Order: sequence, then structure tokens, then C-alpha cells
Amino acid sequence: MGIFDYFKSKSQPSSASVAKDRLQIIVAHERSKRQQPDYLPQMQQEIIDVIRKYVQVDSKDVQIQLENIEDCSVLELNVTLPDQ
Amino acid sequence: MAKIIVVTSGKGGVGKTTSSAALGTGIALKGHKTVIIDFDVGLRNLDLIMGCERRVVYDFVNVINKEATLNQALIKDKRTDGLYILPASQTRDKDALTLEGVDAVLKELAEEFDYIICDSPAGIERGAQMALYFADVAVVVTNPEVSSVRDSDRILGILQSKSRRAERGDAPIEEHLLITRYHPERVSAGEMLSVEDVEEILAIPLIGVIPESESVLKASNQGTPVILETESEAGLAYTDAVDRLMGEERPMRFLDVQRKGFFKRLLGG
Ligand SMILES: Nc1ncnc2c1ncn2[C@@H]1O[C@H](COP(=O)(O)OP(=O)(O)O)[C@@H](O)[C@H]1O
Ligand SMILES: [Mg+2]
Repeated sequence: MGIFDYFKSKSQPSSASVAKDRLQIIVAHERSKRQQPDYLPQMQQEIIDVIRKYVQVDSKDVQIQLENIEDCSVLELNVTLPDQ
Repeated sequence: MAKIIVVTSGKGGVGKTTSSAALGTGIALKGHKTVIIDFDVGLRNLDLIMGCERRVVYDFVNVINKEATLNQALIKDKRTDGLYILPASQTRDKDALTLEGVDAVLKELAEEFDYIICDSPAGIERGAQMALYFADVAVVVTNPEVSSVRDSDRILGILQSKSRRAERGDAPIEEHLLITRYHPERVSAGEMLSVEDVEEILAIPLIGVIPESESVLKASNQGTPVILETESEAGLAYTDAVDRLMGEERPMRFLDVQRKGFFKRLLGG
């Protein structure tokens, strides 16, 4: 290992800290999924169906997210409409 | 009232059976009448770890099916007073355990015992859910490694939604984190998640840290719960964990890299 490699490896985060970051992200994601109400997937599908009655969109163009901010739940709906 | 403690993890091979044997023995040593139940249907192993494999006649499923009484199936531990083992069945029928059957056996045990330890099978499906369903307390066994931590978090989700306490809206199961197979050297080299990392991610109170130790393998070879190895760090760490589980305060030990002295190194100690 040359001297430059030595400096390079020093500046890289340790594998344990990479593991921690990845875990924090996936665990937060899985927890929010667990906490979502059981009706959400069905409601999501129905909302997409209603939108599709009027505009031709792909299901990936519709994003629905339930977010809990303190004691208030926000249902966020993002629809990317096709170019005219 | 008997306290039901489930030892669970999601992931397999992290040390649930080792921990069930150690914790159950430690609790009995404190004078509480204790039974350890092996819920791992088809993969009976607790009997080997406890060194009573040749005394198994009837098992948990026999009792549920009323082919044997509880007294016929319970094995009295030869080393520790007031400690009993209820072995798992070797049947391949994964549906041999039913909630009603388990409930009836636990109720009968609760009349006689102070503590009931449930050694959970791996996974997050039916078998693991059966083991945790009736629990008052959960010991979540976690190795400092990504897949084990993630699975522990999944099991926490199940404890909070699929247990009897959750379904009835009772007070939630008391959750405790038990980190096992900890290598202080690898943590300090940045190769392994630290105790603090795992605590921060799982966010439940820590009941103990068991170092990786050769004495665990040796004890299992001999069929002795490692907590009886009072010379070993793993054994002492389990004793501390039992004390904490009983509400006593104990400082954490064996978390730092030990500098071996010249002679110790020479002697391979
Ligand atoms: N602290 C430890 N140090 C070294 N080996 C351990 C430790 N804890 C568990 N083991 C080993 O890990 C393996 C799996 O343990 P076990 O208790 O059977 O896990 P599980 O019941 O979760 O599948 C066994 O070989 C056991 O000896
Ligand atoms: Mg096991």
C-alpha cells in the first residue's frame, strides 16, 4: 500500500458507519410502512383509478404518501401530468 | 402471577437458545421457579444446550395433544434447583402448535411457575409469532450486524402489533435489547456496529452485551448453560443481564478492547 492509498483509506468512512447509515434508512422506511393504516394500499389504488378517468397517467406517475408530523397525519398526493 | 418472557430475534443463529438457557438458569438461581420452553418445532435444540437430551420422553406437542401430562413432559434440571425444561417436538408438522393449545399449557404452567421463558424459533412467521403471542416481556437478541439488526426491528413491529397484549390494547410488552457475539476489537477497528449504534437504531433499553467467547461453544459441547461458567466473560455478562432483568443496576462490562499482558499473550489466555 502506497502512501497515497494510506491517506485515501483514512478519509473513507469505516464499514461500520456505512452499515449504520444504511440501517437507519431502511429501518425508518420499514417502520413508516408498518405504521401506515391497512386501508392505504386500497385507497391508493382507488385514487389512481379516479385520476385515470380524466387523465391518462401511469401508476408510477402518481405518488401517495402518508406522513405523520407530530400529531397530525398528512396525505400527500403527487401526480405528474403528461405533456399536452 | 407468572411472568412470560420470550427470547426472540427474527434472524436465526444469533444466540436465542444460548440466551434462553443462560437467562432461565440465572433466574432460577435467584430462587424463582422457572421453566424454559423450546418453541422450535422440528428443530429441538434447547435439550442439548441444557444437557438433558437423553431424558426427553414427551414433548410440548404431546402435552398440547393430551398424549402426555405436563408433569410427564417437564424435565427437571439436574444442576439448578427450581428449573425445568419443556422440550420441543421433532414433528415436521409446522402447525402442531395452536394458539389455544399453547394458551392452555401456559395457563397450567403459570399456576406453578414464577417465570416462563419461551425460546423462539427463527423467522417472523407463525412459529415465532406463537412464541411471542402471550409474552409479558421480550428479550430481543441481536448481533451487531446489518441483517440481525433489521430483523430485530421487524420482530419489534410484530411484538407491537401481533401479540395478545397489542390485540387487547393492554400495556405493551416490555422490550429489552440483548446484544450477543460482540467483538470489542472489531468495533474499535470500525468493522462492527457498536453497542451505541445498535441502541440508537433499535431504540429500546439495553439489558446486556454478551461478548463473542469460546466458552459458549465449550459449554454447549458439554451441555452446560454458559452462565454456570463463572470464569468466562460470556457467563458473567449473562449473570449481569439477569440481574438487570430483575431490576438491579449493573455497570456494563467487557465492552472495551482488552490489552493482553505479555504473559497472558504468551500463555494464550
Ligand atoms: N456469545 C457467543 N460467543 C460465541 N458463540 C456464540 C455466542 N452466542 C451464541 N454463539 C454460537 O452461535 C450459534 C447459534 O447460537 P444459538 O443459541 O443456537 O442461536 P439461535 O437459537 O438464535 O439460532 C451456536 O453455535 C452458539 O454456540
Ligand atoms: Mg434456537
